[in-house]
Amino acid sequence: MAEIVLKPKGEIGITVEAEVIRPEMLAAKKKDEIERLQVWQGSEVLPLGDFFDVETTGDGSSEETTIVIDGDVPRVKYIGKGMRSGRIEIRGSAGMHVGAEMAGGSISVHGDALSWAGMEMKGGLLQIYGNAGDHVGSAYRGSWRGMTGGRILIEGNAKSQVGGGMAGGQIVVGGSVENFCAIRQNGGLILIRGDALRGLGAEMTGGTVAIMGSIRQFLPGFVEVGREESLKLGDLQIEGRFVKFSGDFAIHRNPKGLLYWREG
Amino acid sequence: MAATIIKNGYVFDPLNGIDAEVLDVFIKDGKVAVGLTGAESRDAKVIDASGKAVMPGGVDSHSHVAGSKVNAGRLMRPEDHYRSVRLKTDITHSGSGYTVPSVYKQGYDYAAMGYTTVFEAAMPPLEARHTHEEMRSTPILDMGAYMVFGNNWFVMRYLKEGDLVKAAAYVAWMMRTHKAYGIKCVNPAGVENWGWAKNVHSLDEPNIHFEITPREIIRGLAEVNEMLGLPMSLHLHANNLGHPGNWEVARDSLMIPSGLDPKSKTDLEWAQTKESARRRQTIYLAHAQFSAYGGTSWRDFCSGASGLADYINGVDNVVIDSGSVPFGPATTMTGDGPAQHDLYMLTGQKWSNCDVELECGSGILSLVYSKSSPVHSVQWAIGLEVLLLIKDPWKTIMTTDHPNGGIFTQYPQVITWLMSKKARDDTAKESHKWAYDRSSLGGVDRELSLYEIAVLTRANPARTIGMAHRKGHLGIGADGDVTVYDLDPTRLNVNDPERLRQKLARPEYTIKDGQIVARRGEVVAVPEGRRYYCRPYVDDAMEKEMLADVKEWFKYYTVGFSNYPVPDKYLKNPVPIPVNKSQEAVARR
Repeated sequence: MAEIVLKPKGEIGITVEAEVIRPEMLAAKKKDEIERLQVWQGSEVLPLGDFFDVETTGDGSSEETTIVIDGDVPRVKYIGKGMRSGRIEIRGSAGMHVGAEMAGGSISVHGDALSWAGMEMKGGLLQIYGNAGDHVGSAYRGSWRGMTGGRILIEGNAKSQVGGGMAGGQIVVGGSVENFCAIRQNGGLILIRGDALRGLGAEMTGGTVAIMGSIRQFLPGFVEVGREESLKLGDLQIEGRFVKFSGDFAIHRNPKGLLYWREG
Repeated sequence: MAATIIKNGYVFDPLNGIDAEVLDVFIKDGKVAVGLTGAESRDAKVIDASGKAVMPGGVDSHSHVAGSKVNAGRLMRPEDHYRSVRLKTDITHSGSGYTVPSVYKQGYDYAAMGYTTVFEAAMPPLEARHTHEEMRSTPILDMGAYMVFGNNWFVMRYLKEGDLVKAAAYVAWMMRTHKAYGIKCVNPAGVENWGWAKNVHSLDEPNIHFEITPREIIRGLAEVNEMLGLPMSLHLHANNLGHPGNWEVARDSLMIPSGLDPKSKTDLEWAQTKESARRRQTIYLAHAQFSAYGGTSWRDFCSGASGLADYINGVDNVVIDSGSVPFGPATTMTGDGPAQHDLYMLTGQKWSNCDVELECGSGILSLVYSKSSPVHSVQWAIGLEVLLLIKDPWKTIMTTDHPNGGIFTQYPQVITWLMSKKARDDTAKESHKWAYDRSSLGGVDRELSLYEIAVLTRANPARTIGMAHRKGHLGIGADGDVTVYDLDPTRLNVNDPERLRQKLARPEYTIKDGQIVARRGEVVAVPEGRRYYCRPYVDDAMEKEMLADVKEWFKYYTVGFSNYPVPDKYLKNPVPIPVNKSQEAVARR
């Protein structure tokens, strides 16, 4: 087993693009090798060691490696981007694109995560104990090919366009979401334990979104198709009485999207 | 500038009848020279090309690389850019974009692939400034742009009135005013109908208001083209493009200019060639793949390429470019607004549409051609059939109609399929079974030689668009544009398609005007390219009469007449080509 601790040296001005912070890149490297890894800050390429104190203990493959970021790093982007194995633990808040395109392994963020967490994620586990920003598990701007696999768990709230273009995998939001959650969803599962503002499930053609709280503006393109007691969605068991809708009929003639809304 | 000698290569120069002869190519002052003096030879840069294939620089006669619809394609597709990024170097700009790269990246990528000349396929008059701005910013490449005339109000009015002379005067004035190179005709009569959410579906269907038919517009513009004596022939994007069963409309359209003689009345110096470097065709069909569909619907969709090829095999006045489909992401963009809308209804992809007042229109859509799709698989097959079933390579040009059928950086893949039956069979196996079941491609054994590839990618595009006075060959006086491929024709193994593709994608050298601009895929020098356009002349009195009409009708434009022309400063290194000089001015019939 190996543990690599990255301790932020201080406040960061222009955001740092640190897709090198992933187990595949750091595993089996010595402290000074890690410090020399290059990251972009604006138009400059700088060593990772300019931003973090590095400590390594133990040894092992990327599967056996845990990267600990010991502090808040809201100005560090792309942590764990494309990672396939191992663990990243962020003992603070993470910057944009944490876990983007990740395919395996796990990331836990003890604070908040900014926008684009788990963007176009393919596999693995991304756990956010605080709040998340916009576009969690969604497609990149301009694309409708979002998350295809893996699992994102958010204890707090998330903002807009959670699961945009989602095709597979699972997103659970413990708190509430804002606008256009599940927009263009065509597969996978989204569970919101709190409330949603407007546009929930807009243009969805497949997959499932379930919400336990209120929806401020319910879309007219959904049709009630039944009621269900105590939902079993994948490995999730959700208690309560749900109204089941099918949609979104606004765009497609025969959409396969399902929306469950808990009564009361 | 020091001279350059490209020594001992296997030279492929079809316009000079040179097929894999081991020769030295001398370039002096940017031009191919007969030889060098002793002193010049001592100072010359010598490139050892032994065991390598030497060809003229690549010429792309149909690509969408500059203008507002190209830029709209960039703007509406951020997802096309973030994974395709080019870093800045000491001599090059940064850039991004996979299917629609930024202008800098386009120039570098073309040059790195061995191409030195690229012509923009569709410039709407009102967007000419934008088109020239983008061409001005494109590094390395020599460029020009064809102007869209097939739904132009003035052209339609004059042709309906039967006043060919005035139509010619108008076209001549427009080309000078907007610095255009050739006449493009997109879905004639149909795009005008698109303003009323309609289209035309046959060659003899009159459109709304102007009541002119596609046949009348095609014939009229082809006659105008030869009256003026433009370097290239009419360039046609046929009606019903992209619809099942359209191959007959394409064939019938190609018949329309029959009987016309190609007349190039350009005032130019011609570099030496053994074969005639003057165009023979009176009609140049764009992206034949999109116009070679059989069947009656997408259910019974099949290739119509053999019917179209049979006709073209029997005539001498037609050239086509292929618009091949190499699979993968694409961005379709054409002046054919209704065709793009039909594609949008079919796919539900992101779509953008534009009406260019009084002149034309356009549409843009993002698309992925996938091997699992039955229709896309047939399109792939048709895009190769049109090049393999037409027997005379001098009637064909290889393109992908970038970025419609595929992107230009996929040319090496398309060439590999043309050269290797095994490569085609391998791809057919990975594709939907319709690829071979609904086309004749599986039964085609033809494998193009490097010589034929040089025809399809150099000699013929240059000759077809009237640039062979200086491009597309290595005769004395030609531009010193050369591509050196690490391919030994005596040991060519077309059964190793992947290696062939890689060698074609990364030539050893790309040389422009005698200067090495790219080496094994890396851009090493960034000279400014030239911008070609035609300056056709007509009788002064006729021009005045025509301009009086134009000014009267200009009230329908939202721009003022004085703001309409493209100022000279929009062009860097302009090369005007005088056409139909006053002594041959069009006389009133």
